[in-house]
Amino acid sequence: MKKNDNMLWRFFASVKLALITLFILASTSIIGTLIPQKNPPAFYIKEFGPELGRLFQILDLADMYNSWWFVAILALFSINLIICTIDRLPNVWRMVVMDNLRQPIDTLAKMPFRSSFLITGEMATATATVKKIMTDGGWKAKADEKENSTLLFSQKQAWCRLGVYAVHLSILLIFAGAIIGTVAGYKGSIMIPEGGSTDKIYQYGTNKPIPLGFEVRCDSFKLTLYDSGMPKEYRSDLTVMDRSNNLSFSKSIIVNDPLDYRGITFYQASYDALQGLKVEIYNKKTGRQQGFEIPFGQKTSWPGTKVEFGIINMQQTRGMARLKVWFSDGSGNPETFWMDGDTTRTLVSPDGEYEFYASQLYATGLQVTKDPGVWTVYFGCILMLVGLYVAFFLSHRRIWVYINKEDGQCRVLVCGTSSKNKLGFEKDFSALSERFRQNDTIQTT
Amino acid sequence: MDSSQLLGITTFAYLFSSFCYITILVFRAKKFGMAATLVTTVAFLINSAGIGLRWYESHQMGIGYAPLSNMYESLVFFAWSIALFYLGLEFKYKNQTLGAFSMPFASASMAYASFSAQFGKEIKPLIPALQSNWLIAHVITCFIGYAAFAVACGIGFMYLIKARNEKPAQGSILASLPSLKEIDDIIHRTLVFGFLWLSAGIITGAVWANSAWGTYWSWDPKETWSLITWFVYAAALHARFTRGWGGKRIAWLAIIGFLSVIFTYYGVNFLLSGLHSYGGN
Ligand code: HEM
Repeated sequence: MKKNDNMLWRFFASVKLALITLFILASTSIIGTLIPQKNPPAFYIKEFGPELGRLFQILDLADMYNSWWFVAILALFSINLIICTIDRLPNVWRMVVMDNLRQPIDTLAKMPFRSSFLITGEMATATATVKKIMTDGGWKAKADEKENSTLLFSQKQAWCRLGVYAVHLSILLIFAGAIIGTVAGYKGSIMIPEGGSTDKIYQYGTNKPIPLGFEVRCDSFKLTLYDSGMPKEYRSDLTVMDRSNNLSFSKSIIVNDPLDYRGITFYQASYDALQGLKVEIYNKKTGRQQGFEIPFGQKTSWPGTKVEFGIINMQQTRGMARLKVWFSDGSGNPETFWMDGDTTRTLVSPDGEYEFYASQLYATGLQVTKDPGVWTVYFGCILMLVGLYVAFFLSHRRIWVYINKEDGQCRVLVCGTSSKNKLGFEKDFSALSERFRQNDTIQTT
Repeated sequence: MDSSQLLGITTFAYLFSSFCYITILVFRAKKFGMAATLVTTVAFLINSAGIGLRWYESHQMGIGYAPLSNMYESLVFFAWSIALFYLGLEFKYKNQTLGAFSMPFASASMAYASFSAQFGKEIKPLIPALQSNWLIAHVITCFIGYAAFAVACGIGFMYLIKARNEKPAQGSILASLPSLKEIDDIIHRTLVFGFLWLSAGIITGAVWANSAWGTYWSWDPKETWSLITWFVYAAALHARFTRGWGGKRIAWLAIIGFLSVIFTYYGVNFLLSGLHSYGGN
């Protein structure tokens, strides 16, 4: 279709442009894998000298994948794809919906696959039998019956011609999703100490505070190690408290299992060991129990009891703390002992028996993102895989059978085409035409 | 018998398999064809058993994980995928000359895994970021794609060698190769297959990144190189489908594409730095 013959249109509709753009995208993308990205300007001037450093700034090479020129190439790529589609899709659509019974008869004999033979008997019987054989072979046919001739047509997977366009659309959807995420979403982070809570987070890069609209509390953070000392699990117990609907719930998050609430997702990203400590004491005799958050190296008393305690020394090995504790309940001698962080120890004195739990205080580091575009991206991804499968492995197969009177007999012309996989089609095609020939009802001559 | 022994045997079995195919090709000893296929099948089964046993051993150690999580394990899986893909190809095309151009890649991958001192081979527990089913899906899809691209590269060489002499003498080595048209067709189909799996590999990787770090795409060098590779093959497919490229040009693109795969897989880990540093240890 001659939608538009002007030069600009042809330029943007051309596949040559697509090839060039793909080549440019591939080669320029290399730059950002060689030059470290997202460092401050001073870094580049120091590493590459003032001249190159300035050039980097002009070309935005410190963040090249978001630079004006790289985004421009992506835009060119998208425009190319859209115009190319507008240019071609109408023709392809026509192929999908077209009435193949109006195929000019003289073109049939020029099809890539064909076979022709004569049979005895009446047109009507011949037609009925051919139709039945086709149906049995999975080729349900439509017929255009004239007085002296009949044209039968059947096709499979005509819609698969649209597979390519599904792939192309999927690329645009992924871009659209990425844009939605950039415009309407954000990425930030927050450190929450154990026991603390927050209703805002800080945006990456700008450090601008962003209100969440609800509150998140870190109930506890726990680091588990393998025997080898490698980290095994980072786990934060979080509680969401939303005053707007009086909702509150808890979830433990680990890496690869984030918390999702109102489109905002909290990922376990890092942690920090704080100076403070967490202590819980349970007096077995009185049944009293109390939790404390205390600073390092300071004596603390348990109000209403004679208990006094403090953490007087601390050692860090491989991310785990060992704590030296001083403890007294006023009866007997004060005790000092070492214990592992995050464990409980039983203490016995003349006046009481205690379960003493102590742990270093941690803060959990969360990455917080809001990305309303992610589902568009995922949908695009699925569409791409389905589209690729359809475009690569399915083919539009068409078979025509033309039967006409010839010297008191009937001539049968079977012909067909396939948009792809000609070899596979050839087998099906010859099997079908063989079945016509072998049939008893329509004796071939 | 432990998995490292089995995988050691696998290395030699693949080398032997490559040797068989090359012998058949060079001496046109077609009657040994069955033997070569048998050797390859057995080698593949030993490789599978090795991977399975390593999986089992990791469970015995109480840190059960799919053995796809470091450079060594991925090379072993790469060899496995190449052997599997090649066996499928041989079954489909009933042509054993392809083996001489495919199985050496499996041998090279296994040999590199076994003999390199660059990375550890022991079963090590997974750090938290790698504890994800998406990782398994990601590695499997990527490596099926890579395997197809390795074979496409080998067959690209086959094409270029054959194309240097259009009319080889009857009974010569070149004459025993499939016709140029057939080779071209096999390259194309292999690229198409690889492209579908590479796409799936990039997508599963993105989903994994999103579940671990909250960004499905961060342009780290590994991601970027996988995308570069994807662009190269996309260009190859379009050049062929819409501009009728074929023959030598596509053969060269199959080779260039595979160089990009190698760089994505290996070069990024050892020559560049980035998020995907798991290959480095
Ligand atoms: C990297 C992004 C792209 C991917 C993954 C992609 C994918 C595909 C696939 C899988 C096919 C089918 C090829 C075959 O059957 O062998 C195809 C065909 C095609 N592509 Fe793309 N494509 C991309 C970009 C583009 C762009 C930017 C254009 C812009 C002009 C374009 C234009 C075409 C055309 C015209 C066809 C042939 C369609 C037909 O006539 O049936 N593609 N593409």
